[in-house]
Amino acid sequence: MSTWAIRTLGLSRDFGALRAVDDLSLEITQGTVFGFLGPNGAGKTTTIRLLLGLLEPSDGRAQVLGYDVQTQGDEVRFRCGALLEHNGLYERLTALDNLELCGRLWHIPRAERQGRIQELLTHFGLWERRKETVGQWSRGMKQKLAVARTQLHRPSLVFLDEPTAGLDPVAAAALREDLAALATREGVTVFLTTHNLTEAERLCQRVGVIRQGRLLALGSPNELRRTTGTPKVEVTGTGFSQHALDLLRARPEVVNVTGGDGRLVIETHPGTETASLVSLLTGAGTRIEEVHKGKADLEEAFLSLLEEAEK
Amino acid sequence: MIADVGTIMWKEFKELFHQRGRFRGGSIGVLIFVFGFGILMPLQTGPGWVESPIGLVFWAWLPYLLVSSVTADTFAGERERHTLETMLASCISDRALLVAKIGSAVVYGWGLTIANILVGLVTVNVAFSEGNLLMLPPATMLGILGISLLVAVFGAGLGVTISLRAATVRQAQQTMGIVMFVVVIPLFTLPMLPEEWKARAFQLVTNADLAAILTAVAAAFFVIDTALVLFAMSRFKRARLILD
Repeated sequence: MSTWAIRTLGLSRDFGALRAVDDLSLEITQGTVFGFLGPNGAGKTTTIRLLLGLLEPSDGRAQVLGYDVQTQGDEVRFRCGALLEHNGLYERLTALDNLELCGRLWHIPRAERQGRIQELLTHFGLWERRKETVGQWSRGMKQKLAVARTQLHRPSLVFLDEPTAGLDPVAAAALREDLAALATREGVTVFLTTHNLTEAERLCQRVGVIRQGRLLALGSPNELRRTTGTPKVEVTGTGFSQHALDLLRARPEVVNVTGGDGRLVIETHPGTETASLVSLLTGAGTRIEEVHKGKADLEEAFLSLLEEAEK
Repeated sequence: MIADVGTIMWKEFKELFHQRGRFRGGSIGVLIFVFGFGILMPLQTGPGWVESPIGLVFWAWLPYLLVSSVTADTFAGERERHTLETMLASCISDRALLVAKIGSAVVYGWGLTIANILVGLVTVNVAFSEGNLLMLPPATMLGILGISLLVAVFGAGLGVTISLRAATVRQAQQTMGIVMFVVVIPLFTLPMLPEEWKARAFQLVTNADLAAILTAVAAAFFVIDTALVLFAMSRFKRARLILD
């Protein structure tokens, strides 16, 4: 068995003149949570469709759990769970029937199926409403049921397209915990797309940033921040005079200075010593209460990558 | 594969009979249909309902009407409701999914036709039997069952094939309407045929053996049905069903 859950090589997909996925090469280790980030229309959903064998690649190839997606699509789908762009629930059927359908399709024996359905519905707080037709439910409840459906047959790999969309903050946090536990305790690989970069930062061991079908960056959130984000020094205190600000801006290692009244954010080049900036400020009459050296967050790294790609 | 076909058919019927989320709502339409064709019509026709050979034409046409009311929804409906992609992402095989979609339409159309015939037989016997059992002649009954099944498969094969690539249910229905119009056009030209031809054709039909005609029609439908199902299978490519 391969140690890679997903491996693609030069994977591309064209829709007429539009190249939706362009030369995508990825390797995702089993049992990890991988975040696929990108703006709308970047090619995230098309990539998931290609990996599930729902679309034929125009070029390149992909292996999922050791199976070729083009020639062994059935094997891939048997071992995967998927929550796609739309939740895919049958709204005229009850929650119980939706999971029953999924369980039957994956040939889970009846007794095991019923136990597993009860376990998942209880876990997601939906058991009491299992006999209601899904069409009557709120978006958040449908999303929970759709996530439950992906886990019913205990897949080795789960594709989740915006899994926390429509969930309230408590439910979203609970789902994030579930997903993390899936990977760490059960060794399930999670491939998720999200616009919520804080979520990706908390949950994903590795992230990929895609734009117009091309992979712009790949690595851990820390690596991405290091390579693309600007380091920051946050200073809290009083007496941030214009003179002090001018002195800071004149320093070659300083990229930008913002704030001023009680709080100052200094963006620097990598490797800048904080102590020299602090002594410059105290020398200019500033009374410093707190200094916090921080890295750029993933959101900044993401935006910076997109900006660079646009140039 | 049989288990998968059964699962999809189970889902199809659950959806069909749970219109607007309620079993009662979906079933009322079926009951109205059975009341109209299984009770009202035999009552109006009288004992002739089991004697007239015209009934054969009617029962052959009915399953097409029923089947075509559900086939447009098979794939186009799932596509419209955004459930098709999730279904395709499951581990069901291409063939099982296609067979289940065609099968459920056939079971619906043909099953309801048989139900109507049975209810109709009970109705005419209760209303007009006067102590004698009123029954369709065995050959006619066999002909009705066979031809109606073949017509149901024809309607299902045609409808599902069209629905496979239609973006919406409405588009599928429109295409089915156009196809049927093209099929029916030759019938409109019949009155324009020379009188001599019409007389000869009439003589041919009236002199012919009913069993021979039925066999010929059944054979023709069997060939068409086989071709349609094979064509649907060749068009069913999972990787080409996501249109957007």
